[in-house]
Amino acid sequence: MNRQITRLGAGLMVCYLVLFVQLNNIQFFGAEELQTHPSNSRPLVADFGAPRGEIRAADGTVLARSVELEDGVFERQREYPTGELFAEVTGFFSFGSGSDGLEAELDDVLRGEGTQLSDALLEVLGGGSNVNNVDTTLSVALQEAAREALGERRGSVVVLEPTGNVLSLWSWPTYDPNPLASVNSSTARAARSELLANPDNPLLPRTTREVFFPGSTFKVVTAAAALEAEVAELDTPVFASVTDYTPPLTNNPIGNFSGSTCGGPLVELLARSCNAGFAQLAVELVGAEQLVDTAEDFGFGDTPPIGLPDVVASVMPDDFGDPLGVDVDIAPDLLAQLEDPTPVRLTDDIPSLAQSAIGQFDVRATPLQMALVAAAIANDGQVPTPNLITRLVDSEGAITQSGRAGPWRRATSPETAAELRRAMVGVVEAGTGTSLQTPGLVVGAKTGTAQIAAGVDETHAWVIAFAGETIDAPEIAVAVIIEQDATQGEQTGGRVAGPVAQQVLETWMRER
Amino acid sequence: MRSRRNQELVFLAFAGAVTAGAYALASLGRNATIPADLLPFFGFVMALLLGAHLMLRRTAPQADPTILPVVALLNGLGYVFIVRLANDIDDATALPGQQATWTAVGIAAFTAVLLFIPRVRLLDRYRYLAAIAGIGLLILPLVPGIGRTFNGARIWVRIGPISFQPGEFAKIALAIFLASYLAEKREILQQARWKLLGLNLPEPKHLAPVVAAWGISLMVMVFERDLGSSLLIFLLVIVMLWVATSRISYLLAGVAMFLAGGWAASTQFAHVQDRIDIWLRPFDDPDGVGFQPVEASFALANGGLIGTGPGRGEPFRIPEVETDFIFAAIGEELGLLGSVGILVAFLILVTSGFRIAIGTRDDFGKLLATSLAALLGIQAFIIIGGVIRIVPLTGITLPFVSYGGSSLVSNYIIVALLLRISHDGAMRPDLGDDEANDEFDAAAAVAS
Repeated sequence: MNRQITRLGAGLMVCYLVLFVQLNNIQFFGAEELQTHPSNSRPLVADFGAPRGEIRAADGTVLARSVELEDGVFERQREYPTGELFAEVTGFFSFGSGSDGLEAELDDVLRGEGTQLSDALLEVLGGGSNVNNVDTTLSVALQEAAREALGERRGSVVVLEPTGNVLSLWSWPTYDPNPLASVNSSTARAARSELLANPDNPLLPRTTREVFFPGSTFKVVTAAAALEAEVAELDTPVFASVTDYTPPLTNNPIGNFSGSTCGGPLVELLARSCNAGFAQLAVELVGAEQLVDTAEDFGFGDTPPIGLPDVVASVMPDDFGDPLGVDVDIAPDLLAQLEDPTPVRLTDDIPSLAQSAIGQFDVRATPLQMALVAAAIANDGQVPTPNLITRLVDSEGAITQSGRAGPWRRATSPETAAELRRAMVGVVEAGTGTSLQTPGLVVGAKTGTAQIAAGVDETHAWVIAFAGETIDAPEIAVAVIIEQDATQGEQTGGRVAGPVAQQVLETWMRER
Repeated sequence: MRSRRNQELVFLAFAGAVTAGAYALASLGRNATIPADLLPFFGFVMALLLGAHLMLRRTAPQADPTILPVVALLNGLGYVFIVRLANDIDDATALPGQQATWTAVGIAAFTAVLLFIPRVRLLDRYRYLAAIAGIGLLILPLVPGIGRTFNGARIWVRIGPISFQPGEFAKIALAIFLASYLAEKREILQQARWKLLGLNLPEPKHLAPVVAAWGISLMVMVFERDLGSSLLIFLLVIVMLWVATSRISYLLAGVAMFLAGGWAASTQFAHVQDRIDIWLRPFDDPDGVGFQPVEASFALANGGLIGTGPGRGEPFRIPEVETDFIFAAIGEELGLLGSVGILVAFLILVTSGFRIAIGTRDDFGKLLATSLAALLGIQAFIIIGGVIRIVPLTGITLPFVSYGGSSLVSNYIIVALLLRISHDGAMRPDLGDDEANDEFDAAAAVAS
């Protein structure tokens, strides 16, 4: 029997050799493949729990940070001490449903260069980690003012320094990023499905990722086009006082707001927001090419480089039909005032150009883009690069990168910008924007009441504005939109959006 | 000859130090502090092992010196991992205390075996009692009222406040029966005169126990859904028949019956088919039925060569990690070095058992030692092989390592029997009758 026992031992040894080989396969030779297997959540879990830098407001308020967890598979979880207040900017960092906002855009920066091993070593040695903290330009006070002023109305508030630093990006409805970032998967899932089920789409950062008819706020661009092309000046020519204007090749007139009679030189058209006058200006004096060029100079058709994910470009249509080989007839009363009229070529869709000039037809803009229009006027015609980052700081406090505010593109000459500032201040002093008047500040603005469809009463209420101690050096630019609301019917920019901007300006003045 | 026990003491000190070190490391890995109860813990472990060691000095001084230290290492390491896992698994805070208690009970059982069974040959007399006890224990969970189903397997019995798995003890009883039966019948079974399907087989009446074992294991599989135990018992029967008779035809017939039974089971019973599907294609449904083995492989891969370090891995992701899958937890946190270390420990245990068998002259002791060692070796192979996808996964414990009271106690009984046989074999030449043995014992006692 001893031989049998020896053989049995040998047989078992062979069995254990098979186990040994398979262990080597799993733990050594095939380990890499298993660790990167799509079903393996371990690397994702380790990654999610890795050290990650803070995102902070300009005053040092922590907007996003990682907190260490005692229990469970995750070492850390993301926390947003200000709740929903800055979700528009920070976004969220979740396990399983991705990330958004700065959390997504600055992912590499926040997690740092460190490998897992070097992080562990640093931890053991008592040092910090390789992560970077992000100091932003954002103002807690202005963000709160925007939230307060807008209330529970769908809309957006964007506040910029004219040189580009972003002070506030707020839109409603928004969301609390904390449950989304929870490592408790049922909490995260429930929060996410609730947000996705909300028809108002709270997850959408409306300031940068949604476009709206800009309505009359776009008249600033049309006016800039006219001034740049030198086809009109602020005070000449004088447009006839009319209730509507019918472009060539159509029988559909473009009426003034509420059918009012309105006219005068450009400064007056802007102050009273005359649709007929602006339509006539664009069709008879400016022309498609100049209007499209100017809109693109302001940034339409391009994505503002704000450093957030999935920012959308604003839209300026550029096809107004085929040329018909003749010039547009200039109205006789207008022609009589012009010394050297430049003819505009007639195209077969010129009625759409008339609509575009007042921010309708196919023109669409993000709230950020309209804030940039205001900033450009305030900044001598230079559209700034919208910038959120003051500096990146490593765990030792050393600055690893500074912000990159600066020019983005030139929209108008400084002279044109100065003229438009004068016109926009006129809007606030004695035009549609009197609700923005703020004691102690020079405020310039342009309101907008954008129709969302023919025959529908509901409107978007807009205002874009700048303000400062003097008209020559404004220090803040604002865009506000309150979106169309079936329960509110027609909402005019001056009545509805103006006070929101005014509250923001007051807060800015107080906190400055 | 005292040197064997001195060797054992040195090995034991080593096993105790490794256990205490792992315990300290596991706490460091989790909390970055040395646990306050390290010294009491170390003291308790050493006291238990020392107790077992002193018992061996008294009752079986010539027994093999490697078995107890290897068992101590496996049990100690298993305990450390149960403590470590209890921190991370819900509702598991009671596990370490229970495992410690069961370890004490196991060592008490170990002591009792050594004290009350002075010569293993005594057991030869209780052949049929062992057979009846074994079969009775196996079917006990099927008795209405006391049988309990847990995780789909009806292998538990609850009497009063005590729950246990009688199958863990049935295997010992069956090993005693087999050793006794085969020691007597091996010569008859060697003579194969009956032909079936080209194989030379012994007469049917002598084959009856084999067929009975086959039937019992199938019954266990069918009614209790306990694939692991049925596989273990079936393999034990086949292997022991082969060892006792040297006839390869038993192995072949056993394999044929196994394949036939397995095929029939897989076509008739969904849970058997499921196990085979999961084994062959675990990655087809990594989030569903394949979750457990797939997560175990991810854990082992995460451990790599040297492991994450005790307390620094995530073995708690694997369901049932404290029992069936504790090997994956050790492999993750101690790496390939640790998992291969466990393999080597079992190899040492099994080869020590076989060496004891070879060194024993009487057939019963020889066959009993062989079957007990084979039980340990096969059981460890089945569960480790299941965890690393070499064989279909069957829910049985890793001896001494897994959490589980019945398993610990029964395995301590197994090693106590092995050590008893070892001492018997080393002490004396086979003098043929008990009286002569008693005289020899007396002489040896005087000599020492």
